[in-house]
Amino acid sequence: MSNIVAKTGNEAMAEAMRQINPDVVAAYPISPATEIVQIFSTFVSGGKVDTIFVPTESEHSAISACIGAAAAGARVMTSTSSQGLALMHEILFIASGLRLPIVMCEVNRALSAPINIHCDHSDTMASRDAGWIQIFSEDSQEAYDQTILAMKISEDLFIPVMVTTDGFIISHAMSRLEMYENIDVQNYIGEHKTPYNILDIDKPITVGSLVLQDYYMEIKRQQADAMMKAKEKIKELYVDFNKKMKKNYNVIEKYFMDDAEYAIVALGSTAGTARYLCEKLREKGERVGIVKPRVFRPFFATEIVEILENVKGIAVLDRSDMMSSSGGHLFNEIKSAFYRNNRQPAMRNYIYGLGGRDITVGDIEDMLKDIKNFAISKEKTPDIKYITVREQEKK
Amino acid sequence: MTTIKELANTENLFTSGHRACAGCGGTVILRLLMAVAGKDTVIVGATGCMEVVSTIYPYTAWNVPFLHNAFENSAATASGVESAYRALLKKNNIKKKINFIAFGGDGGTYDIGLQSLSGAMERGHNMLYVCYDNEAYMNTGIQRSSATPFGSNTTTSPAGSVIKGKMQNRKDLTEIMVAHNLQYVAQASPAHWSDFVNKVKKALAIDGPTFINVLSPCPLGWGYDPSLSIELARLAVDTHFWPIYEYENEKYTINIKPKQVKPLEDFLFTQARFKHLKNEPALVEELKRFIEKRWNMLLQKENFCK
Repeated sequence: MSNIVAKTGNEAMAEAMRQINPDVVAAYPISPATEIVQIFSTFVSGGKVDTIFVPTESEHSAISACIGAAAAGARVMTSTSSQGLALMHEILFIASGLRLPIVMCEVNRALSAPINIHCDHSDTMASRDAGWIQIFSEDSQEAYDQTILAMKISEDLFIPVMVTTDGFIISHAMSRLEMYENIDVQNYIGEHKTPYNILDIDKPITVGSLVLQDYYMEIKRQQADAMMKAKEKIKELYVDFNKKMKKNYNVIEKYFMDDAEYAIVALGSTAGTARYLCEKLREKGERVGIVKPRVFRPFFATEIVEILENVKGIAVLDRSDMMSSSGGHLFNEIKSAFYRNNRQPAMRNYIYGLGGRDITVGDIEDMLKDIKNFAISKEKTPDIKYITVREQEKK
Repeated sequence: MTTIKELANTENLFTSGHRACAGCGGTVILRLLMAVAGKDTVIVGATGCMEVVSTIYPYTAWNVPFLHNAFENSAATASGVESAYRALLKKNNIKKKINFIAFGGDGGTYDIGLQSLSGAMERGHNMLYVCYDNEAYMNTGIQRSSATPFGSNTTTSPAGSVIKGKMQNRKDLTEIMVAHNLQYVAQASPAHWSDFVNKVKKALAIDGPTFINVLSPCPLGWGYDPSLSIELARLAVDTHFWPIYEYENEKYTINIKPKQVKPLEDFLFTQARFKHLKNEPALVEELKRFIEKRWNMLLQKENFCK
């Protein structure tokens, strides 16, 4: 049984949290994720959930409290965005290093300076090496489904998971949402699983020890190994979710890729815009396709190469810049995934949409034209382009 | 009234084998704390001397569950543990009464962890926070903190030819905690073990946030013979340098009022960190003036709240 409702991305995530009914939610409001915390507070005050809500004085304390609660055997969730995620940064590594299952509803937003509250992926990308699983959502429906799925992934693998939506574009946009019955969500996520429990006073354990040169590397190797093994398990859990919840999700989504000559790779909401364009172009007989990685961490490098290796040109869209002079995060991942591959399609990085700058169907169409020319041309530089931006005039 | 014999016969929950220095005040504080708190206790420790010396993997000095998260967040972390406990109580997944104790040094409490502590206390979690105040960042090699007393020589407030050590007076964290409207706030000294033990008992009996600030002599950081730790902890009380008092049910009680106040110099010049002040009588006077001002304010508060 399911109900069809109209919900924003934030509402959808808050509803997923309600249906998960976590033991503890510790969070701090921040635009554009504020509503998630607000709506969830009304669920707590209205008795819709059994959760103990910890309204901390900062995001740093929110994730710290999540660690305390998860180590105490509770099912734990939080929500944040942008500067909040950046403030959590130090503690993100501790959550993953202690192998604690925690699910975070994260709304992608630009990082300061300059301060900007609108969408880009700088915040999530800056946390990409924190040992968390990272999942992008294209719309409210995906945000809702993947939040529920994330709880299962996190508790099965003992790796914290952040599920992201695009700030305002998804977080505040109303769309159709198919919701499950509470009981179906509860049955799906099942009994809470915990790696250890510091409330078990009869079996006292020490968590968060000082580990020096003699053991630190073995422990980090185990953590890296867990992330490697997570790839197959995440795939299995997507299949399991599809079966139980009657959905059709993959870790990497592909559209019209079977015979595509040119491909666009994009994360989150932009993939929807690109897909709309792609459908129009297909009607005209143009062989273009879309690739939408949902899971960015761990990175499914082999799978993405398999999907993309037969095209002539790949346009990689990045809503973030690494500020390393070598383009955006997704571009760098895909570029290195193609290292030593026999087939090497032309690849260009398009950095777009920083601080919420609009990306239109026309912009993506221009990009497709550009990648076609780039693939044909002998010149392979520059391979990074900033689009929809007023470039400074050269003096 | 607990006797020392009774305390000595309690189960050893903070065990020997940890790597603390000889004469460390912090370990005496933890040993006494655990003797009172007992086995049904969960400890959250901030990064710092006590965490470092007690949890070197694969060993642990803790016979109770112990969680270390980071430097500045032991109070926030404990608030999560305590919230999980309440959630699991509601679900009947747990039945036992458990004490939740967070601790940190003055670095993790007065400075980098102040916000986390303030938040946790304001939210009203049922936990005791114990600060072992050794008056500088001892774990990283004696750098100044906001608990470091005026004039003290530390590695980031070194006594030089122009600047004579730390030129600011210490922050009064205990009073900041009183300002949080807690039911119970206290200052204690390991020299007055019986007083400290009573304070821990009182704090743990309260359903809500409580705070105890304990002076923690540090042989290495203060520069004295390790055999003198308890003596110095006592001198700090007898000179008004570290008043032993409590704030309970909106009333102040100064637990120890020295009949004969000892000269501050007795305390200062037993320690290398103040030795440069021997030639700086004006600075010693300034420190004395501050200490007496604080003492008199405390007397007035005690009187006002009667």
